[in-house]
Amino acid sequence: MSITIRVNGTPQQLEVDPEMPLLWVLRDVLGLTGTKYGCGEALCGACTVHLNGQVVRSCVTPVRRAAGADVVTIEGLSPNAEHPLQKAWVELGVPQCGFCQAGQLMTAAALLKKHPRPTDEQIDQSMAGNLCRCGTYTRIRDAIKRAAGGRQ
Amino acid sequence: MSASPLLIPRRSFLRALNLTVGGIALGYYFPVEAQRPTNEPGKPAAPKPVAGSQAVEARAPGLNPNVFIHVGPDGTVTIVCHRSEMGQGIRSSLPVLIADELGADMAHVTIVQGDGDKAYGDQNTDGSNSIRGIYEDMRRVGATARVMLIAAAAQRWSVRAEDCVALDHTVTHRPTGRTLGFGELALAAGKLKVPPAREVVLRPVSELPHLGKPLPLLDAPAYVSGKAVYGADIRLPGMLTAVIARPPAVGGKVARFDGTRALAVPGVRKVIEVPAPKPPYGFQPWGGVAVVADNTWAAMRGRAALNVTWDEGPNAGYDSDAYRQVLAKAVSVAGRVARKVGDTESALKSAARIVEAEYHVPHLPHMQMEPVVAVAHVDGDRCEVWAPTQNPQAAQTEVARVLGTTPEKVRVHVTFLGGGFGRKSKADFCSEAAFLSRRLGGPVRVQFTREDDVRHDYVNAVSANRLTAGLDANGRVVAWRHRTAFPSISSTFGGKGTPGNDDLQQGVLDLALAVPNVTAEIGEAEAHTRIGWLRSVYNIFQGFAIGSFVDEIANAKSADPRDVWLEIIGPPRKMSLSDLGVERLPNYGQPLEQHPVDAGRLRNVIERVTRAAGWDQRRQRGRALGLAAHRSFLSYTAVVASVVKRANGTIGVEDVWMSFDAGTVVNSDRVRAQLEGAVIFGMSLAMYGGITMKRGAIQQDNFRGGGRIVRINEAPRRTTLDLVESTAAPGGVGEPGVPPVAPAIANAIFALTGTRIRELPLINSLSV
Repeated sequence: MSITIRVNGTPQQLEVDPEMPLLWVLRDVLGLTGTKYGCGEALCGACTVHLNGQVVRSCVTPVRRAAGADVVTIEGLSPNAEHPLQKAWVELGVPQCGFCQAGQLMTAAALLKKHPRPTDEQIDQSMAGNLCRCGTYTRIRDAIKRAAGGRQ
Repeated sequence: MSASPLLIPRRSFLRALNLTVGGIALGYYFPVEAQRPTNEPGKPAAPKPVAGSQAVEARAPGLNPNVFIHVGPDGTVTIVCHRSEMGQGIRSSLPVLIADELGADMAHVTIVQGDGDKAYGDQNTDGSNSIRGIYEDMRRVGATARVMLIAAAAQRWSVRAEDCVALDHTVTHRPTGRTLGFGELALAAGKLKVPPAREVVLRPVSELPHLGKPLPLLDAPAYVSGKAVYGADIRLPGMLTAVIARPPAVGGKVARFDGTRALAVPGVRKVIEVPAPKPPYGFQPWGGVAVVADNTWAAMRGRAALNVTWDEGPNAGYDSDAYRQVLAKAVSVAGRVARKVGDTESALKSAARIVEAEYHVPHLPHMQMEPVVAVAHVDGDRCEVWAPTQNPQAAQTEVARVLGTTPEKVRVHVTFLGGGFGRKSKADFCSEAAFLSRRLGGPVRVQFTREDDVRHDYVNAVSANRLTAGLDANGRVVAWRHRTAFPSISSTFGGKGTPGNDDLQQGVLDLALAVPNVTAEIGEAEAHTRIGWLRSVYNIFQGFAIGSFVDEIANAKSADPRDVWLEIIGPPRKMSLSDLGVERLPNYGQPLEQHPVDAGRLRNVIERVTRAAGWDQRRQRGRALGLAAHRSFLSYTAVVASVVKRANGTIGVEDVWMSFDAGTVVNSDRVRAQLEGAVIFGMSLAMYGGITMKRGAIQQDNFRGGGRIVRINEAPRRTTLDLVESTAAPGGVGEPGVPPVAPAIANAIFALTGTRIRELPLINSLSV
């Protein structure tokens, strides 16, 4: 069965099991390894991507649900890693191991679209689905605020 | 299926984002390109300079004084980072130290990740050891190259080397102001004899421009763009993916299996039995049945379709609830004495008052974000491995053992690690990949699912600690008895389950006490699962027991916990072995002369953190503070946590203050990042962490229950760090922030609610 999805602006025609989670299509079929596998049950958020602008956990999203849709991954968040969030992440030295950060950034980017100047509560609420075992939460909060307009 | 691009081009170096100085992280800015993301397949980490190798000289002309550094004729300085990057920022720290000794400009420095190679010495990135263990050696690496560049310049100018300096990638003859760039000198310097160590003088630390400063995170651009290559991201032409069904208990094996349904799953290529290990389990494959497929999803589906009957093996009797009682019994009687000052038993008998408490901490999981994974390619008698390993030489050795070859035939490339915390010091996942690659005759990636990662962990030791204090009529602590029981890590490698001094050095033997009668006793313990290292290891439960117990003594005598801490630690002094009452203190591999047990430094962090936290107002309406302190990995940490009762009745951690003394630090921003992380790590294990086992099998399987970790909405609102500025020899950084966090929280909960919780995780005792 053939499924067409648009990934980071490029149409991709796929001959895959329609039940295959979008995560494995991105990683194993399309070679876009910036999106990470962390739990397989939508518990950790490492696999977060945008599906038609909405945050989804690609590890539990069958690729059939993305048919005809727009998917944006960390590789497509900005042309040269120049999204204000990516800049803030670098400036504040947010990442430690970095493994969860693609998911963190994708969730944060959707947050800023919805709430360009989010409150502390909105940040905590929106980001609560993205785990970081290294414990970079304090800097994530600061970097989101900085990207949102220099409050940090 | 569309043709998938197997070897993904990843050479498109990002330009570093055009940063300006600002924020907490960037006092300094190196205008460099983003560093190479990792060791990519097919692109070996050349130039890897090897001293004296003519082949390498030809390929990489210039100065090759040792295996760590190369100066090219174009002025490019290549520095090998031989330790693994797992979030501690070592690639942004060690190479800068080397470059500072050399006098290099970081804008012209390229960092290369070293493969596993004993030429580098120890590469095990563990024990918070990468700065503290080799600080001077790494400076010597850079200093040697500097001495040779200066010698080449002095020769060219016919001047005295003593009149020349190397700074900013340039050698300058001070009397005349003449200069030559490192690149102009590289070929000539490369022809000189490498000077003996005694002729290589280190710079005064005041001449190391970046030492102790907040240095930029060189890999940040790779992290935020998805370009950093982790173990799971390696793609090789023809690579297959394996997911393994493993016996529930270690030591179990396949009784029989039927792979027919698995093989019927589209994309599944093969089903292969992996033999069971014999004790000691060490880094051997766990055994089971591997399903090998074209992609991860097919392999996972194939495994779900397997029909396997297990022979449960020798550890199927292990039940962690029952074992809790075994350990409790072990600390209820006298054990082998490991520390003795005075006569504790007599002092306890004649004490006016006894305070006694028993503490339990369960097995703990690692839960690093990247489940363990490895790629291996066996080709003839050689094997190449790509893995997120903390210890590439252990991987070499273990893979060689599995393949029946020698370590020299095994090449291990180190990728970025999506967290390690001790889990990735083990080589079991590498040896599984090597075993399967040989059977398949091609490259294969072994992917642990999260469930596999949790169920087949090397868990932190479960423990019981019973502490007894005797107080005299004035309330002074005159006797201290610490009984401890837990299975040792060496049991995983064939050693005894009952711990020895190498284990007890972690918080039991090195606790500075000004108590006239002190005893530490070891209870008997056997291991029934694979015990491993977890960030700060035994210090987790020793720090919890001791940190809670001091608070209990304070409560018993209605005293301020801070005053009791300072009373039992006593005046500032360096403790001798006889002061401590121990025959031998391993001291994390460092001499006591250089890294004494320093009561003054432990006091100092307690005094500083209580001052910063406003300790005198430690009880306010609806909020209370708790204090704990601990020495580990040669560093000193004190923590104050503030807990509140939220509107919905749950307990929350609002603020954490930490004072930290690691002596000399290289990169203060990464030190701060480690401590911020340690607060969250310590809070996770305090609140939620706990592996339980039934029939030898781990009951947890993902980020929930005992595998739950703190989320951003539960993280403290504020974390206030205080780094003690010091010129003392460097101590560890990655781990020592963790141990005082759990007892500080438990003590704060007691102060707030009056409930003393002596067992982790706290959530089991809280009504939430």
